[in-house]
Amino acid sequence: MDTVLLISQVIMGLALILAFVRVVRGPSLPDRVVALELFSTTVVGLVGVYAIQSGVASFLDAAIVIALMGFLAAIGFARFLERGGPRDD
Amino acid sequence: MIEAIKGALLLTGSLFMLLAAVGLLRLPDLLTRMHATTKAAALGVILIMLAAAMHFSEVGVVARSFAIILFILMTAPVAAHVIGRAGYFVGSRLWSGTVKDELRPNYDPLTHELKSGLETQENAKRQPRATDPD
Repeated sequence: MDTVLLISQVIMGLALILAFVRVVRGPSLPDRVVALELFSTTVVGLVGVYAIQSGVASFLDAAIVIALMGFLAAIGFARFLERGGPRDD
Repeated sequence: MIEAIKGALLLTGSLFMLLAAVGLLRLPDLLTRMHATTKAAALGVILIMLAAAMHFSEVGVVARSFAIILFILMTAPVAAHVIGRAGYFVGSRLWSGTVKDELRPNYDPLTHELKSGLETQENAKRQPRATDPD
């Protein structure tokens, strides 16, 4: 079981790295927002795996909070984009 | 048995997340990237939270992980819709191989007014195909 946990953590770390490459390279701001949303979703998964690994169920509360923050950040970025504020991609 | 199911759920969940990240990196434009990340990452979180629920198997923890699943299922489509709408209005470029953009002839991006397809002159005309019976 420990090996499976470690493997899934490594895979999700790789997913975080790939999403970070898109954050750096992304040609426009909406691409970066999508990549950041994938970031928060992946971190929710990582926290769930860490809750299993450590045996502390309270980490799931932190996962709820992270998912909520990612959703609110996506909504805020989208409103900012639609208002047409000053931006420098 | 439970251990094997848990391990399979964890591995498939994390592999779906890796698939979402690869799609985000490889696909050509904003809408296809969103199509990759939204569904695959949500499915990955759902599988991992199912594994967590099976691991702890207490009422409180199972309720919390199902709350996370419900929350992800409700918010992921909303966030994707809002970002896609904003990206379309901001004018992100579509892929060069895009076959059809149905919104462009029928939508005024300045007044946000949508014409139904039947109201335009060309679409109102009947366009019979060669295979029609009469």
